[in-house]
Amino acid sequence: MSVSSPPPRTASPPPLHRLRRELFATPLDGVISIVLLAGLSAAAVAFLHWATSQARWAVIQANSNLFAIGRYPLEQQWRLWLLVTLLAGATGLSWGLLRAWPRADRRAQPWPRNDSIAAALLGAISLYVPLALHAQPGIQVRWWAITALLLLLRAAAGRWGALVPQQLRPMLALIWPALYLIGMVLISGGLGLMQVPAAEWGGLMLTLVEASFAILLCFPLGVLLALGRRSALPLLRWGSVLYIEFIRGAPLITLLFLGQNILGFLLPGGLAPDRVWRAAWVLTFFAAAYVAEAVRTGLAALPPGQLEAARSLGLSLPQALLHVVLPQALRVALPATVGQFITLLQDTTLLSLIGLLDLLGIARTVMANPAFLGRNAEVYLVLAILFWCCCAALGLGSRALEHRLNPSTLATNTTALKA
Amino acid sequence: MTPSLRPQAAADAAAPLPWWRNRRLIPWLAQGLVGLLVLVVVAFLVGNLVRNLTAAGLLLSWGWLDNPSGFDIAETLLPYNAGLPYWRALLAGLVNTLRVVIAGLVGATVLGTLAGTAAFSSNGLLRRLARIYVEVVRNIPLLLQLVFWYFVVFLQLPNGDAALQLPGLVLAKSGLYLGHTELVNGVWQGSLRFTVEFGALLTGLVVYTGAFIAEVVRGGVAAVPAGQWEAARSLGLSKVQTLRRIVLPQALRVIVPALNSQYISLAKNSSLAVACGYTDLYSVAETTLNQTGRAVEVVLILLAAYLVIDLLISALMNGLNSCVQLKER
Repeated sequence: MSVSSPPPRTASPPPLHRLRRELFATPLDGVISIVLLAGLSAAAVAFLHWATSQARWAVIQANSNLFAIGRYPLEQQWRLWLLVTLLAGATGLSWGLLRAWPRADRRAQPWPRNDSIAAALLGAISLYVPLALHAQPGIQVRWWAITALLLLLRAAAGRWGALVPQQLRPMLALIWPALYLIGMVLISGGLGLMQVPAAEWGGLMLTLVEASFAILLCFPLGVLLALGRRSALPLLRWGSVLYIEFIRGAPLITLLFLGQNILGFLLPGGLAPDRVWRAAWVLTFFAAAYVAEAVRTGLAALPPGQLEAARSLGLSLPQALLHVVLPQALRVALPATVGQFITLLQDTTLLSLIGLLDLLGIARTVMANPAFLGRNAEVYLVLAILFWCCCAALGLGSRALEHRLNPSTLATNTTALKA
Repeated sequence: MTPSLRPQAAADAAAPLPWWRNRRLIPWLAQGLVGLLVLVVVAFLVGNLVRNLTAAGLLLSWGWLDNPSGFDIAETLLPYNAGLPYWRALLAGLVNTLRVVIAGLVGATVLGTLAGTAAFSSNGLLRRLARIYVEVVRNIPLLLQLVFWYFVVFLQLPNGDAALQLPGLVLAKSGLYLGHTELVNGVWQGSLRFTVEFGALLTGLVVYTGAFIAEVVRGGVAAVPAGQWEAARSLGLSKVQTLRRIVLPQALRVIVPALNSQYISLAKNSSLAVACGYTDLYSVAETTLNQTGRAVEVVLILLAAYLVIDLLISALMNGLNSCVQLKER
């Protein structure tokens, strides 16, 4: 039995034939196609005309630094360059190692076709974007070097990753939490580095800091809330229900508003975090309620016999939850949970409404500059592309993870390998 | 089992279990402890709140709602001016919110149904276009879309003669005019006028929620087994009859519960109106807070108002749901 048999190939009709079937199957389809084609080409022509002759891209080129990091002090920016380099290195390493250590049932494939495409795309983007932004030569070279580092590490890890002994492999996953802590220190200061107060963070950096902080913390909180909601203990259950429904009943902006205006009254003087961290905590507590609902659907999809069987084998409740219930439930809940993370990343734009300088907030200050007045379309288009890429990448990653964790292919294929 | 063990077992059963090994008691104790801890934390926070509010002279009171607000609202359905009290301003904001929510619900449902059914079209271009619409809109933040519609589309509309003119409809920078329209001294007049702020918010909400509803509709129709289509066609029903009599009633059972959460999120998302200059409830509340400093009361009003709107939508959708679900005896 082969590990993966290709699907039987059916003879595909010639392209012209297919085009006719897709677009002109019936007279009505033909009319719809012609109208749509005309509309689409008119829109494309109008857009290209605008983008090449009317749009003034100087607003992006002159402010690229602001969009990236806000008003982060100039003399401390080497810390961010260091962080980006570390992140790129860790990404290249993890990417290569993922390919070098395949699932038990797969053969290692150092360069699958999709990876080559992704690497080529990454190279092209990093080659083009600094040029298009008219960045200073020094900065251009830095970006190219960082990309080269990423791709080199990817290639090296893919080539020699299999040599890493089996016992060491789980340890390498720890570079990410470690890198997160290092990143927070590099950004905020401390440990001998000069403090950079959160009020001076901005742009894409602030957006990513807030989103990653909230994503990391809302997940365990959401899992606890989901377990609480399904608990047999009434106090725990009703407490969780009350919290989840209260949060889900209110718009995020009112909660952010609450965080900015009431948190200061709730905590003894001086204990309340500053505005950036208040918003981060509100985002965390907000997203936790939605993640809890996503996880709850996963828990509900699990037959109750699983918990009962685990308990009757002598596992304690925490053991049964940790080793039997949650791994299965979280796998079911994965797409919905990542969907919530994507929403959370999008929700960080609301910070601009409470006066923080996230990506959208900094865009508003840039457009308030008389030199760039009325350049809304250019700025919003670039922001939309940025967000679209981030969200689409998260969605793709979720689908890949789902595929990797899919137990049905794992089970059948491992038995096939043994046989 | 040997009989000699029995007396020992009986003695074990008879001996009172120490309380810390009682399987029933322990969870309750743990629960009580957690409850107590939560109570202590809440008491601490509320104590702080009361102390801090007293110090600031802002202890909970509702009398200020009767003071004149002193700010104007650009467009209202209820008669309103700056001399009226705060509660009238908040009420006008609430009515504005309800207006955009109701219009948005209708628009998003229509757009979502069209885009969702387009996914089953025999026209490949239409299918792909529906897919692209959903993928593009869902991956871009709503707030970004709202400011795009407002600043890039609606505020760039021409005024006066250059305005977009259709029979019974004029779209200009000064607003959308319906019914009998005419140009008086370069300013459009119409029997019904909507501001561009309202237009931008409504368009943004409809386009954004429409993409999510399209997915709901697509999922609902896809959930009806293909055999249902084939059986209906082989019985001689036309395509439209099949859709109306066979597929839709079954698809609605899946669609309606999922629509509920989309409608609620539209209602909550309408609070982003402040980004495109529309004075909804949140926007009025923000101004009120800035003028009075009454943070706690304003937040309570906001939370209560949105909770009531959510509950109303849920109640309506539950009623609709009980209509479309399978009637069983």
